[in-house]
Amino acid sequence: MKNVNRLAPMLVMGAATLYFLVPIWWLLVAASKSRDQFTSTTPLWFADFSLADNLKELFAYGDGVFLRWMLNSVVYTGGAALLGTLLAAMCGYALAKYRFPGREAIFNIVLSGVLVPATALALPLFLIFSQFEATNTFWSVFLPSLVNPFGVYLARIYASASVPDELLEAARLDGSGEVRTFFTISTKLMFPALVTIFLFHFVAVWNNFLLPLIMLGEEKLFPVTLGLYSWNTQVNQIPELRMLVLTGALVSIVPLVIAFLLLQRFWRNGLGSGAIK
Amino acid sequence: MKGKWKAVTFFILPFALLFAAFYLAPIGYAIKQSLYKVERQGTFGKATEVFGGLAQYERVFSDGPFWESIGRVLLFGIVQVPVMLGLALIFALLLDSGLVKGRRFFRLAFFVPYAVPGVVAAIMWGFLYSPNLSPFTAVTSNVDLLSADFVLWSMANVVTWVYVGYNMLIIYSSLLAIPQEVYEAAKIDGAGALRTAWSIKIPLVMPAIVLTTVFSIIGTLQLLAEPAVFRTFSSAVTSTYTPNLTVYSTSSIPNFNLAAAFSVVLALATCVLSFAFLKVTQRGGDK
Repeated sequence: MKNVNRLAPMLVMGAATLYFLVPIWWLLVAASKSRDQFTSTTPLWFADFSLADNLKELFAYGDGVFLRWMLNSVVYTGGAALLGTLLAAMCGYALAKYRFPGREAIFNIVLSGVLVPATALALPLFLIFSQFEATNTFWSVFLPSLVNPFGVYLARIYASASVPDELLEAARLDGSGEVRTFFTISTKLMFPALVTIFLFHFVAVWNNFLLPLIMLGEEKLFPVTLGLYSWNTQVNQIPELRMLVLTGALVSIVPLVIAFLLLQRFWRNGLGSGAIK
Repeated sequence: MKGKWKAVTFFILPFALLFAAFYLAPIGYAIKQSLYKVERQGTFGKATEVFGGLAQYERVFSDGPFWESIGRVLLFGIVQVPVMLGLALIFALLLDSGLVKGRRFFRLAFFVPYAVPGVVAAIMWGFLYSPNLSPFTAVTSNVDLLSADFVLWSMANVVTWVYVGYNMLIIYSSLLAIPQEVYEAAKIDGAGALRTAWSIKIPLVMPAIVLTTVFSIIGTLQLLAEPAVFRTFSSAVTSTYTPNLTVYSTSSIPNFNLAAAFSVVLALATCVLSFAFLKVTQRGGDK
């Protein structure tokens, strides 16, 4: 009886593992094949291993535009998530730890911002930026990506939970300024939470598609998702792009997988804490 | 005391300015744009923007394809959100039940698809669905997963694949936060594993489920990357397949005033739906 009890759950989990990992396995195998072998050999196992050739071709195509896209993505996403997390943390911290008139009003406005879908902002942002003739620039994608109302919400929850008022009082008595206390003491206490906010923000910007699609016309400014999308729309006219799209897709998920593995101990326990309270 | 004020300003101002510039201003601007219309003198005359009142909204409300696309994403959401969250809940409960060995591995394996951006996931599955490229020819040679009848559910599968693990983690971490004493009490009362899951665990993680549902509703109405990518794989996906595709196609005509009106209606619909869901579930909790 005991074994039967364990068998069924393990079967369910095993089947689910196949569902989640086989597509990625297929992508890895597909990206390792030459163009002929992609259609002529069995799809779920390796043929001659030509991943290196595919990578060479990928990074050489169009004057190395793919590498440019990857770097763009890292800068758009990493930069916006780092700076955005800091701004959200400061704001959420102030909302949690200081009493001042208008505090609840500010919090409610920011909170309703969470319910406004980011994609609804893309078009009006484009129209505003075009008034300043600033569309099709790095900043037109970067600046709007900095704002993360959900981060403020989480930061406020975490700050009330993890930064005790007595500690701030003690710091004040020791003559530490408010801002200095925040950077030296409070950020340390909030650190696991900040990593969670950072990850949420990172994934949101990495996935944001409509904003760059509407804002950017020049290929050199594309993030990698938009770049792969534009290649994929041309596959029917330029068939050799197909292997590049597949290899590029594989390369594009590597940074995020590495980030997830490195930050594992944070997201493993941190992700849900916002939901509990 | 003066120091406190300075500090509060220093902490809040940077975010507040950016929020005003890139959240509040666009919302205001979209509303303003949606109240204008372009008028031309003669067919080739100079175009001027004049106040049009609710003219754009009349067009939005009489626009058949737009409402069809809203209906489509609602149907998508009614089926896909419960399936996805149901799977996430089952996996989270199994991980938490102690019946599964290798928890760390499963947690990671299920979460990996979340690292794949929507566009890339859609491209990948697009290949997997294509009759002549797919490794699953047994399926794809019998059923055209990219035909008009199936393509919506093929997309639902892509979204499910990406987000089950993420939602599972949110639910699982709130399961981990349940104090052990609760279980001991249940054990003494003679509750089995299923009974404990149903009567104790699920009610206690309800807030996490509500949160993931709201995010899923918002995400569903904003569906864009998947249908945009699938347009290259399937002719069944039109340029007005989802509301956001409509916004994009309308703005590339370009008809910015009408596109702005679409955006406003879509944002309002999203807020109303997620807010209504929050209210309904809160009332349920009071009983």
